[in-house]
Order: sequence, then C-alpha cells, then structure tokens
Amino acid sequence: MPVPLISILIVFPLLGAVLLLFINNRDNRNERVVRMFALGWSVAELALTLVLWAQFNGASADFQFVERHAWIPAYGIEYAVGVDGISLFLVVLTAFLTPLSLLSSWASLHGRVRAFSACMLVLESAIIGVFVSIDLFLFYVFWDAMLVPMYFLIGVWGYERRVYAAVKFMLYTMAGSVLMLIAIISLAYLHDVATGSYSFDLLRLYELPLSRRVQSWCFLAFALAFAIKVPLFPFHTWLPDAHVEAPTAGSVILAGVLLKMGTYGLVRFAFPLFPDAAVVFAPYLAGLAVIGILYGALVAMVQPDLKKLVAYSSVSHLGFVVLGIAAMNTQGVGGAVYQMLNHGVSTGALFLIVGMLSDRRHTRLIAEFGGLKRVMPRLTAAFLVVTLSSIGLPGLNGFVGEFLILLGAFRWRPSFAIWAALGVILSAVYMLWMFQRVNYGEVTNEKNESLRDLSAREWWALGPTLVMALLMGVAPTLFLRPMEPAVNRLVDRVSRSQRLTARDAGFGSRDSGFGLLTPASQISNRNSRTPNPESRTPNPESRIPSP
Amino acid sequence: MLVLIPLIPFLGFAVNAALGRRLSKFVSGGVACTAMLASFGIALATAWPFLFGSADLHAVEQNVYTWIKAGDFVAPFSLRVDPLAALMILVVTGIGFLIHVYSTSYMHDESDSEYARFFSYLNLFAAFMLVLVLGSNFLVMFVGWEGVGLCSYLLIGFWYRKTSAADAGKKAFIVNRVGDFGFILGMLLAFVQFGTLDFQRIASALAPMAPEAEFGTVSAIALLLLVGATGKSAQIPLYVWLPDAMEGPTPVSALIHAATMVTAGVYLIGRNAVLFSHAPDVLLIVAIVGTVTALMAGTIALVQNDIKRVLAYSTVSQLGYMFLAMGMGAFGAGIFHLYTHAFFKALLFLGSGAVIHALAGEQDMRRMGGLKRALPVTYWTFLTGALAIAGVPGLAGFFSKDEILFRTFEHGHVLLWGVGILTSLLTATYMFRVVFLTFHGASRVASHGHGDPHGGGHPLHLHDAPPAMASVLIVLAVGAAVAGYVGVPHALGGDNRIERFLAPSFESSAAAIDAAATSEISTPTGSESSHGVELPLMLVSTVIAFGGIGLATFLFLLSADAAPRLATRFAGVYRVLTNKYYVDEIYQTAIVEPVQMVSRQGLWQGMDVRVIDGSVNGIGALVRGGATALRQMQTGSVRSYAAALFLGVVVILGYYLFN
Repeated sequence: MPVPLISILIVFPLLGAVLLLFINNRDNRNERVVRMFALGWSVAELALTLVLWAQFNGASADFQFVERHAWIPAYGIEYAVGVDGISLFLVVLTAFLTPLSLLSSWASLHGRVRAFSACMLVLESAIIGVFVSIDLFLFYVFWDAMLVPMYFLIGVWGYERRVYAAVKFMLYTMAGSVLMLIAIISLAYLHDVATGSYSFDLLRLYELPLSRRVQSWCFLAFALAFAIKVPLFPFHTWLPDAHVEAPTAGSVILAGVLLKMGTYGLVRFAFPLFPDAAVVFAPYLAGLAVIGILYGALVAMVQPDLKKLVAYSSVSHLGFVVLGIAAMNTQGVGGAVYQMLNHGVSTGALFLIVGMLSDRRHTRLIAEFGGLKRVMPRLTAAFLVVTLSSIGLPGLNGFVGEFLILLGAFRWRPSFAIWAALGVILSAVYMLWMFQRVNYGEVTNEKNESLRDLSAREWWALGPTLVMALLMGVAPTLFLRPMEPAVNRLVDRVSRSQRLTARDAGFGSRDSGFGLLTPASQISNRNSRTPNPESRTPNPESRIPSP
Repeated sequence: MLVLIPLIPFLGFAVNAALGRRLSKFVSGGVACTAMLASFGIALATAWPFLFGSADLHAVEQNVYTWIKAGDFVAPFSLRVDPLAALMILVVTGIGFLIHVYSTSYMHDESDSEYARFFSYLNLFAAFMLVLVLGSNFLVMFVGWEGVGLCSYLLIGFWYRKTSAADAGKKAFIVNRVGDFGFILGMLLAFVQFGTLDFQRIASALAPMAPEAEFGTVSAIALLLLVGATGKSAQIPLYVWLPDAMEGPTPVSALIHAATMVTAGVYLIGRNAVLFSHAPDVLLIVAIVGTVTALMAGTIALVQNDIKRVLAYSTVSQLGYMFLAMGMGAFGAGIFHLYTHAFFKALLFLGSGAVIHALAGEQDMRRMGGLKRALPVTYWTFLTGALAIAGVPGLAGFFSKDEILFRTFEHGHVLLWGVGILTSLLTATYMFRVVFLTFHGASRVASHGHGDPHGGGHPLHLHDAPPAMASVLIVLAVGAAVAGYVGVPHALGGDNRIERFLAPSFESSAAAIDAAATSEISTPTGSESSHGVELPLMLVSTVIAFGGIGLATFLFLLSADAAPRLATRFAGVYRVLTNKYYVDEIYQTAIVEPVQMVSRQGLWQGMDVRVIDGSVNGIGALVRGGATALRQMQTGSVRSYAAALFLGVVVILGYYLFN
C-alpha cells in the first residue's frame, strides 16, 4: 500500500497540536520548549510538503496521491483527497508560511503560548484540508473547521477591538458558507436525481449535467461564499478590521493563505462545476475585480495605519487574481494561481515587517515612524525588497503573475486589462509613499532613535520570503510548468462549454431567467437510470486525457 | 558572452550590497569601477565585429534561459546585439565607467557604508540599462526598463534624509510608472497582434506591409509605446520628474542624463523603428511632442538659477531634438545625437559637479561667478561642453543637431525646423548664461558651504577638481570635441559613417518611411540635390549658435543690467518661466489632490465606512430587531400557539388544494 502522504499532511499538524497539550506549561515555565516544539513540528510539515512536491508528476493534469475512503456511504460522502498542479503549491505555501508566522510571534506574544501554538497547528491542518479535498462535503467541513482556530487567534490574541473583528469575520464568512452549503447539498441531490445515488465527489459532479438555471443559482451561491473570502469588492470590509486586530501570525496566515481559499474555490469549484453560468457571470466578476483593484489601491493610499494599508492592498492584489480567473485562458488562470502564491509570499512578508515595527513601537500608525532607514538599515533593505515585490517589479515575483493576468485579461476583454493596468501605477503610489513616510527623512520621533535592527530570529522569519520573492521572479517556470496541465484542463473544461454555449443560440436571451426546476431531460435521465454516455466513464481519474 | 556585459556590473552590485558595510572605500569603489571597466571591455569586444568587421553581420544573439512560459506565451531571457545596441552598450559602459571613476572622488566625504551603497546602486543602474539595451524582446527590455526606474528612485533619493530628495525619487518612479502603463499595454497589444514579443520577429512581420494609412492597431501599439517613451525620456507630458531628479548626487545626474535612463525612450523608438515607421500618424506625434518639449524646456532653462536645474532642462530640450529626429524617421540621426549628447551632457554635469564640490555644495549661480581662475580645468572642459551643445561647428553637437534639423527641413516640416532653430538659439544662450554666471565676472561666492549634505559646512577653500575628477573631465571634453566626426555629412565631404553603421538596424524602416513620404519630398537622403539645401541650412545654424552665444555675452557678461531690465519689462513671462509654466502645480491641483480627496472622503470614509459597513451593521440591527419581534411572539399563551397552528394548517391545505 502506498504511503497516504496527503492524509499524513493533514493529520501531522493536528498531532503536533495534541502533543503540545502534554507539555506542562503552567506559569509559562516551558514557554521556550513549547515554541521550539511548534516551530520544529511545522518545519517538519514543510519538509513533508516538499516531499509531496518532489514526488509530484508535473506533466499530468490529474489529481495525484488520491486517497478514497467511504465516510457516510448512505449519502455518498467520502473522505477523498488529492492534489493537482493548482493545489500543490497552495499546500506548500501554507506549510511555508506557518513556521514563519510562528517565529514572528516569539517576541510579541506572551501568555497562553501553548494554546496559541496549538491553534496555529490546527489551523494549518484545516487549511491544508481545504486545499486537498476533492469531496465537496469534506471540503465544507474543512472550510468551516478553519474558522474556529482563526476566530480564537483574532479574538484571544488580537488587539483592542479583537472581539468585534472576530465576530465580524465569523459572520461574514458564515453568511457565504451557508449558501454554499445549500448549493453543495442541492448538487448531491441533483446527482441522486440524475444517477440514483448521492455523491459529493468533485470528479463525478464535474460530469453532472445541470440546467443553466441550476448552474446559475449554484454558481451564485458558491461565488458569493468565495467572493466574501477573497474578498471581492464590495464584500471586503471585514478584512481591514480582521487584519488590524489580528496578531502578526494571524495576519500572515490570513492574508497569505486564507484569502486564497476564496480564489482557489473559484478555480476548483465555481468555474468548472458550473461552466455555463461561469461564462455568463465572468464579466461581472471581472468587473468587481477591476473595481476592487482600483478601489483597494485608492483606499490603501489614504490609510494612516500600516496594517490597514496592507489589508487594502490585498483587496487590490486579489482583484488581479479574480480577473485572471475570470479571463479563463491559460495565461489568465496560470497567472492567477501564480499570483496567489506571490501574494502569499509578499503580503506575508509585509505583515511580518509591520509586526516587527509594531513589536518595537506598539503602534502601527505611519505617522509615528519616519527616518527608520538610518536607525535600522537592514530592516529597511528587506522592507524595500518586499515593497518592490508587492508593486510588481520585474525580477521579483509579483511581476510575473500580474503580467500573465493582464495578458490573459487583455486577450479576453481588453477594456478590463486597461483598467486593471492602472492598478500598476497606483500600487507604486501607495507603497512608495508609505515606504517613504516610514523609512526616509529625519527621525522625527525620538522613540524611533534607539530601535534595534533585525535580530537573528527576525532574519530567519523574513529571509525565506525574500529568497522566495527572488526565486519566483527569476525562475517562474519552476512553478508554472507543474501548474500548467491542471490549468489547461480547467480552461478546456470551461471553454468547451463555452463552445457549446455559442452553438446554442437561445442561451443568454431566452434562458437567462433563474429557476430551480430541473429540466425534463434530467428527470427522464433518472427514470431510465442510464448514465449520460457522453460524460460518464467508470474511473473518474483517468477520464480526461491530458491536453 | 553577451550576458556577461550586464552580469558583471550586477555582480559588482551584489558584492557592494552584501559586504559594502565591511569594505573600505578603496575596495568598494574599486570593485564598482573594475566591474564597469570589464563590462566595457566585453562590450568593445562584442561591438568590434560590427565596427570593423564584415558588413553582412547583422546581429549576435544569446538565449540565456526560458524566463516565463504559459501556454503559447513564451518569454525567453535572451539578449541580442546589433549595430544600434552595440553603439548603446559602448555609450552606457564607456560613459558609465567614467562617471564611476569620477564618483570615487566626488563621493569621498560619505561614510564607508554609504559609499558602498552608492556604488552598489551605480553598478545596478548600469546593469539594468544594459539589460534594457540588449534585451531581444519587449519583456526583457521591460526588466531593464523598470530596473533603471528603480535605480533612479534609489539614487535620486540617495540622501534620503532630505525630504526633497526622497520626494524627487518617488516622483521619478511614479511618473515613470505612468509611462509604464503605456508600455505594458503596448506590449500586450503587440503580443495579441503579432503572437510574439521579439523585436526582430515583429519587425520582419511588419516589413512586407505598407504603412498604416489610417490609425490602426500598429499605430495604437506605437502610441502606447510612445507614452512609455515620454516617461523615460522626459517628454511632455511626463517630463516633470527629470528636473527634480537633480536632487541626487551630481554623478547620478550625469548618469541619468547622459548614459542611462533618459536615453531609454529614444532607444525604445529606435529599437522599434519598423513599427513606428508603419505608423506615420504616431511618428508625427513623436516629432511634435519632441519639438514642443524642446522649445518649452529651452525657455525654462533660460531663467533658472540652479546650475543643475538649467542642465536638467537642457537635457529635456535635447531629448526633444532626438524625438524630433525619430519622428522624422531619421532614426540614425536621433541615435547620433543621443551618442554625442552623452559626451557633452555627462561633461557638463560632471563639470557642474566639480563646481559644486569646490563650493562645498552650492548650486545657485547667483552665488558663484569668477571661478574661471580658481578652477581652470573645470572651466576649460565645461566651456568645451558648452560649445559642443551650443552647436558650434567642429564640435560634436554641431554635426548631430544639424543632421536632425536638416532631415526635418528635408521632410518639408519647415515649421518644426523653425522651432528647432529657435530652440538652438535658446540652447546657446542659456548655456553661455551658465558659463558666464559661473566662471566669469565678479565672484559672488559666499564664505560658507550651504544646505547640501555634501558640504557639511566646513570652511570654504576653492579647489579645482581632484585628479580622478579632472581626468574624467578631460577625457569627456576630448569626446565632446571629436565624437561628432563619426558622422560628418556628405555635404562637408564626409561619408556619415555612423549612419551607415546603424543602417542595418533601421533597414526595413527606411523603406516604410519612404513609402509613407512619397507625397512629400522624394529625394533619397544624401543625394546630390539635397546638398544644395544642406549647406545653407548649416550656415543658418552656425549663425544661430554664435548669435545665441553673442546674446548671452551681451546679457550676462557685458551689460550688468540688461537681463534684470528684461525680466522686469516682461515680468509676466518671466514669472511663468521661473515657475516652469506651473505644470507641477497644475498636476498637483488637477490630479494628485482630487484623487486623494476622493479616496479619503469618497471611497474610504464614504463608501467603505458609511455605505458598506453601514449596511452590514444595518442588517445586523435588522436581525436583532427581528429577533426581538420573534421573542414577542413567544407569549407562552397556549391559545395563541393553537391559533397559529391552525392558521398554518389552513394555509398548507389551501396551497395543496389549489395546486
């Protein structure tokens, strides 16, 4: 029997969290042991994900390392996990950022360190679970499970208004999730209607023929849940609050990985499950994305608080990702997936830096800083690299993703690309202005006079992100190549339906009204109990040939 | 081997950036200079076959690795050198090396770590400029394009503790980003149109086509690229960053204005000569932008008091000439001027740097004067540069500027030619105003250094340039004097060698230009008939050059009160000019402030806080309200529950009955 690598990846951090509880940390006597243990454990998890990457077959578009076990057979619920080129790197990213954020918390976080570290490890498990699930029910379980540790991270270890922020974060996300749950259940039900058995299996559901009305409703339910998570304008207002109140480690994970669950959901579920609807709604999604790009950048520009600035910049950057997804071509989607990783690395690093500043000064207001370059030349140098990566300077990671997205969008609908490209100017404006106010000029506040430069621990937290920023900017093919087969398959799936759609002249005019009624063709399908010959073959893994 | 040309300065950067703190000035300066010299050596070896080898060598290419690949989009990191690029790398590494040597002395007052930081940036600047020049496709060029933008940001803001310097650096980067917006879109459109970003493939795809009669896709690409070019090459409307860029240390100004950065826009047009020549409408726009910029910057330069600011506007003006040439389809002439300009503008900036160095940081010409005797080397070399830029026959600027004006006239654009001649008068006048105010007349030097962090305020003793600086000035002065002889026109019995040398790079563009210009003068360039015009034109520009110098002599040397009297007589004009036509102020009030206002009041506090969060909180309140209402219904009265139950049953039954 092959090693169940993915299950190990999910369980391993969880196991670490459980083991942590056995360390006696009364009166924080073993704080250091707890920290070292959590860090070591998460590094080991990272090593495991690297094994996954090393064994991953980059030429294949299929899900790999697939494990299937019946879970609730009555409803066709399975424990089914696997990775393809799209999810692989998101798993690696999660495991990459977790040790860094644990490390970043060493100076600022005191008290209940054991619970904190356990929360971080549980969170890591849940997030990895989200990215590897290929059963919708399982996906939903992880999706909601992730909320619990995150809620505590913000609500317990956050800043002044942490409870408000935590509740807002929770409610926003739940609002979307509930609709998504309904859509997931309806899908399983429709599968039962069509084939006589419930199924939450993503690969089976991909092949389930759905009327356009059903597609439209389901797409909207999924898209709303994901749009809140991304967050897409105008569902973004939970993000600045959550970031400002979250501890550094929470912000890093939140911006670095959690937001990607939204865009990942669009790529993995919303678009391929409901391609006809996706084609119809893509322009609206792209419109919101472009508004988000410009809106996020403009609002970021006038923020007085560093964390809020970075939070709004995330709205802008994630707008690029959604735009790329909406374009639904190799460059757009490839760029979008790449940009998810980039954003994780550069925004993660930005939050690390903001955390380091806030550790020293206990404030995040830009106006409180100024002239730091003279006092902390190393931190400023690192800050500069991260800033440049965030504004998409060629040679660093951000550029590759942004350019591919713009190219994809331009090929799809040039007007979107033109508006989005304005974001390139604006990102330079708000980032460089912030950078100048923090680092250049004379030291005006004497509290800044004696700040110490990066410590060795901080180097270890920040250094890897700098290396990644450079590596991903110089050698993007290292990541783009294994991604491409999966991206192409996705694009093919959606564009195939686009072609069908184009043939069907009635679509878009006659049939654009929604209705939950299943059309007659599918009911007859159920009666005859014959699977649709076009779309069903016995083994879901080997069904679609690589393009 | 091509990759070594940018790689070596890049390694120099890496060494100084990583270890700079621990290196002595001698080592960090030495590393940087050696890197540039090595790069120049390899550049020379690369250019050699083009300069002296067989004529049928068109390009040498090196594919380093596949940088980005996604579906049918492939961007190899590959470098290519052709005659145009060969000339450019020689200018960048050659002039760049001289500026590095000069800097070792100029920056000597900085601390060790700052000194290393400075040289690491200089090396990086050169490396990116070389990538820009050598890139064989748009995307690789864009790496260099953005890279030089970054380096200008870092170097202009080198004295980051000064707010004005930090502001100027940021402004340079952001204004350039506006240009990049055009560049990126132009690049996207080019890829959609041609399926490749490779310059050569695009050119050969276009070569068989006729120039666009109307404004079409090719014109759109060209126009978008032009937006990018106006950003880098400081043309209207994006020139505003360059005059502020003098906030950087003077060698940086020399580097930006002469060898790197501002030449990038001109080079972009030259690199895409075929594309531009297929878009005649855009070419005309290029010419007009160039001419108007040349005139406008020339008038501003006339009244500025900061020596570097005059030179900065002079650069903007001279770049206008290059744009005019490009717009006329005289790509060779434009590049020729770029090349001669690199010598005399580097010379003038470094000369002004020597003056500033001697005066411990003083830049205001109103506090100079009479420096001729104290700074003989600086004076004579600066004078050479001034004569060259003024267009005095025999020196470099004369040949290249004259070629541009001649080609403009030849194309029948007499108006543009006229403006060009007028600008030429202005050039001679403002340059000699600088010479006279700085070196001649009575000394107005204050006894202490002033403002500039460079000075440090130690007591002033006038000293001529130290050896490292002086030798560089002399080399550049020789260059400014003789560099033009590679392009002696046929009318003077020369054979315009540089034009022939560059010809392979512009081959298929020439055909398109001729095709587009058939309605105009059809004489092929260099033929006998045009010599008839060329000589009188040359005479005109010579007279103009001397006229300008004469005017400056009268206004700023002979007559003590002529210039002030003029200023009061035309007070309105004078005020507009000293305030640079208020362009910065217009941008500030028309763009910067409204955008900030809308973002703060409209989007953030209005949309985000009030509308979105307001409605989220509103829904929250509604839910709470609803919950309260529901609680009211839980009266605990069995009768009301029974009534509700009954009502419910009736409704459900009714529903099924009527369906």
